[in-house]
Amino acid sequence: MARHEGRGMASVNYPIGMNLGGDPSQALIHSNPDGKFTVALSAIDLGQGMKQVSRQIAAETLGVPVEDVYVDTADSDTGPHDMGSFASRGTHRMGNAVIAAAREARGVLLEAAAEELEVNAADLVTDGRGNIHVRGAPTRSITVKATAQAAQFKQGRTIAGRGIFLLPLSAVDAETGEMNPNTAFAHACLVADVAVDDETGEVTVLRMTSAYELGRVINPRMVEQQLVGGAWMGMSHALYETPEPYYPDPAHGPRDFNEYLMPGPGDIAPYHVTVLERPAPDGPFGGKGPGEMCANPVLPAIANAVYNAVGVRVDELPITPEKILRGIKANGGVRPQPRRGGAVTWRPRDVAVPA
Amino acid sequence: MAKLPVQLRLNGADRATFVDPAEPLLTTLRRGLGDFAPKYGCGQGTCGVCTVLVDGEPQLACLTLAVACDGRHVETASGLADGPDMHPLQTAFMAHFAAQCGFCTPGMLTAARALLAHNPHPTREEVVEAISGNICRCTGYEPIILAILAAAAAPGARRA
Amino acid sequence: MLELRKDLFADERDDTLNVVGKSVQRQDMPGHVTARTRFFDDHAFDGLLHLKVVRSPHPHARIRSIDVSAAARAPGVKRVLRAADVPVNKNTLLSLINFGKDDEPALAVDKVCYVGEPVVAVIAESEAAALAARNLVRIEYEPLTPVFDVEEALKPGAPVVNPTYPNNYFEYHERFDHQKLRFGDVEAAFARADIVIEHRYQMSPIEHAPTETNGSIAAPEHNDRYVVHTCAQGLFFSLGTTAKIVNLESNRLHFIGGTVGGGFGGKVDSLTEPLAVLGAMLTGRPVRFVLDREEEMLYGSPRGAERIYIKDGLMRDGRIVARYVRSYFDAGAYTRLSSYAAIKCTAHIPGPYWIPNVASDIHVAYTNRCPSTAMRGFGITAVDFALEVQMDRLAEAAGLDPMEFRILNAYRDGDVKPHRRVAKNTALIECVQVAAEKANWPLSDQARRQSSLVGGGTGARAEIPATVLDQRGQIGRPESRGAPATGTLPAGAMRIPLTKEPVMEGTRDGRAAPVQVPRYAPAPAPGPAGPPPAAAASRPAAPPASSAPPFYPPAPSPAPVAPPPVAPPAAPPTQHGAMRFSSVFGTRRR
Ligand code: FES
Ligand code: FES
Repeated sequence: MARHEGRGMASVNYPIGMNLGGDPSQALIHSNPDGKFTVALSAIDLGQGMKQVSRQIAAETLGVPVEDVYVDTADSDTGPHDMGSFASRGTHRMGNAVIAAAREARGVLLEAAAEELEVNAADLVTDGRGNIHVRGAPTRSITVKATAQAAQFKQGRTIAGRGIFLLPLSAVDAETGEMNPNTAFAHACLVADVAVDDETGEVTVLRMTSAYELGRVINPRMVEQQLVGGAWMGMSHALYETPEPYYPDPAHGPRDFNEYLMPGPGDIAPYHVTVLERPAPDGPFGGKGPGEMCANPVLPAIANAVYNAVGVRVDELPITPEKILRGIKANGGVRPQPRRGGAVTWRPRDVAVPA
Repeated sequence: MAKLPVQLRLNGADRATFVDPAEPLLTTLRRGLGDFAPKYGCGQGTCGVCTVLVDGEPQLACLTLAVACDGRHVETASGLADGPDMHPLQTAFMAHFAAQCGFCTPGMLTAARALLAHNPHPTREEVVEAISGNICRCTGYEPIILAILAAAAAPGARRA
Repeated sequence: MLELRKDLFADERDDTLNVVGKSVQRQDMPGHVTARTRFFDDHAFDGLLHLKVVRSPHPHARIRSIDVSAAARAPGVKRVLRAADVPVNKNTLLSLINFGKDDEPALAVDKVCYVGEPVVAVIAESEAAALAARNLVRIEYEPLTPVFDVEEALKPGAPVVNPTYPNNYFEYHERFDHQKLRFGDVEAAFARADIVIEHRYQMSPIEHAPTETNGSIAAPEHNDRYVVHTCAQGLFFSLGTTAKIVNLESNRLHFIGGTVGGGFGGKVDSLTEPLAVLGAMLTGRPVRFVLDREEEMLYGSPRGAERIYIKDGLMRDGRIVARYVRSYFDAGAYTRLSSYAAIKCTAHIPGPYWIPNVASDIHVAYTNRCPSTAMRGFGITAVDFALEVQMDRLAEAAGLDPMEFRILNAYRDGDVKPHRRVAKNTALIECVQVAAEKANWPLSDQARRQSSLVGGGTGARAEIPATVLDQRGQIGRPESRGAPATGTLPAGAMRIPLTKEPVMEGTRDGRAAPVQVPRYAPAPAPGPAGPPPAAAASRPAAPPASSAPPFYPPAPSPAPVAPPPVAPPAAPPTQHGAMRFSSVFGTRRR
């Protein structure tokens, strides 16, 4: 028995939002009488963090502290229409709708403040800490709270905003496939290091190293959540998962988590991600959306690493020990390919484990 | 079928209800007693989202008969915080962004709580072992492992 | 684990934002760690009933008879639902945007098309009672021949899976049995290529496996409405689908959700909401319909399988000169969202590379398995697997390092993509460079000097080539699949209007909002205004034109800005009311 190490890579891009457009998102924002804001949406938080992304975008645009904004989603009686959380559209489409709504609310907020300060609204700026002041004259200021109170009880103004974002629907040419599919693309490159056991056919992912370009990162820890969890799912897709292991023969399907295989907490691989930010011209603050593509490069990178390790191309997912062993046999033995590069330049995050 | 009375202590409070003889504790907690912390993920003992403590031991509520818990102390993730004060595991899960959808979180916290009660300074391997019956489809486990290790290092982690 | 490279593309960003870009704690995290987060099933109702469905054990069978009398009399059973009880028992998910024909019943009518297809629903006082009564439903089937392979399904004489699409494929544009992509002349380029490499790839289905299974609770609400707690991934999508199937006005449904225990695409299909609402309407009580794990695993629509053939023409210097992709999406028995995946996939071909001749034929085929649906990376994941394994093979054939090979063929700003639009905002090269550096994978100096910003959109890279057209794969005419080319579309031709500006309504002045707003007042003690100090190191140096190897794209000469190849036709008249996806594909719903 021998264990063969190998290294493979893949690079990909991914479209953001529903192909061809035609997928609107709406947002409503209003303020309490003391300048605390509620964002009402019908977006769905599947764990990807839609609530927090919308909250940060709303706070940024309004110019108020993030603690002064809460997002309420999804209740069809209060949240306006949204297509839903799929196609990596949440951050991009809903983010832009929230910006539109927040700009409208901010416009009223500044007009109300201007009336109190007896200045022109165009001369006002927010400090992001709950104050509004005249540009270049921080002492001529009023709090967001006092402004909201004046708007509500004195001026009779609604500090509220509504927003929609829509990329108009486009058509597809039947003969050439010409179309306007998407306006923003994210990018990635991933390197997988694996070890293949030539007796059992088992693959161990030793480590993964990647670079993702995701437009503006709205919240780095949440991006990390997506990319780390997504890489785990990619590894799982590559090596284990399917309800039809002998597809297209539907037999032998797993019925539960004992039979449907996924890597457990003891099977995970150290992972390092570098994130690049090339803002999308039409994304919210340039944001794109990492939620879907984070698994995609892992599958081919592992397949290519397996080839590099033992010289077997597995062209049918998942890459099971059975397929690898059959491949080794067909080749008349393992055929390791040339080594690529040296040890990675990063270390797994050190964790202080008390003695 | 006749219902049977069950009295148990749930997160420190005495509770009583009637159950079907074959009713799993999970159904009793959720539909009978209104504690929605333990979740249904499989009903087959394969995912861990229903994990609770029965007299301090981690149990899968979907496979535990409610009648078998008569007179015993059942603890769920709802009882982990001390009133408004969060348990170190909870603050560590927050600090490590160790939840995404949050559906596995109550079960993970409960499994981790049982681990730290027995083994206040676990190794990474012991943490992995302790949560190996708990499936998470979102996080890739790494943040959860880091959070539990960090909680073990924090003061007050053994608070049961 | 995560490292931000703020130096790259720094001059395209304003990094002075207040909360965007900060790792602020998630709003939902306190709820998650205290178990106060409420998912759809975490709602208490008095008198809650439980719905379970009887599913087909056959992949393909005619229903001879259904006898529910014993089940209806069983203890605790409140109601048994059959196909005739469903007000509008035929739907397709994308009918809400007018795309595709209604093809899927909520409960099977006279035949079943996959193992697990719902036939009868039982509503009872407890889950145990519903499960017990489920076993009492007697259904007689007459098994029919099933078809499981996508290519077998498209052969003449294959069993008809889905009566709405009797040829076993989704129909595109009322003309073809697939979606075409044609750009240049792949056949001529294959003939000229030094090396031609062709391979077959396949991805089996994949289950979403969220820890929370699909489900919903529907209950009569005050005001003669129904409240629905749901895990739907599109709230109004599910509301609209349900309103149509149970034939209620949308404002009589009150959907509450938004907090979902993982979805990954598996909660788009409204698998439970229509029957739960119908049950609440017919019993006057709250009805809970939740899939158990086995149902979720076997009958909660998976990521569909795909079979992909890729043929590439390669020159010895490593340039890819032609790529042809033929692929088959396995839709299972009904359309759901597969029709859309093929379009998304078409736009993705040939991957993030610039190739002068590209064609693809993407098919959606019906087979006798559980209908597939969207999953994380929908339409792209499998083809990316195939393309990137193929790229590894090509690099080997060209004798090039796989990283260098990617950089050599990478698309760049200004390149025309095969769907006839210019690529912008690209960053593949930089991702490859950074990943190589972190992985300690050596790159040549030339490869390290390449940039997405430079070298694209020059010469042929900026042009739409003359394109060979064909009429292969006409609806109902399988013999036309091998037909010869029918003509050539001249270079530069565009027939679809360019994307209109996004609509971003809600701003004070009604104009689209610039995305980099608002600007904050400068911090208390700012230096003189100007680019941030990091800007100098912000982008990779442009390759010196003289030292670039010949096969890399040349650095751009300060060429005049090219006018669009052909003036786009006038925009179609503004549309009112519902979006018309029918106009996209010329496929009207019937
Ligand atoms: S629900 Fe108990 S282990 Fe899954
Ligand atoms: S956070 Fe979603 S399952 Fe763990």
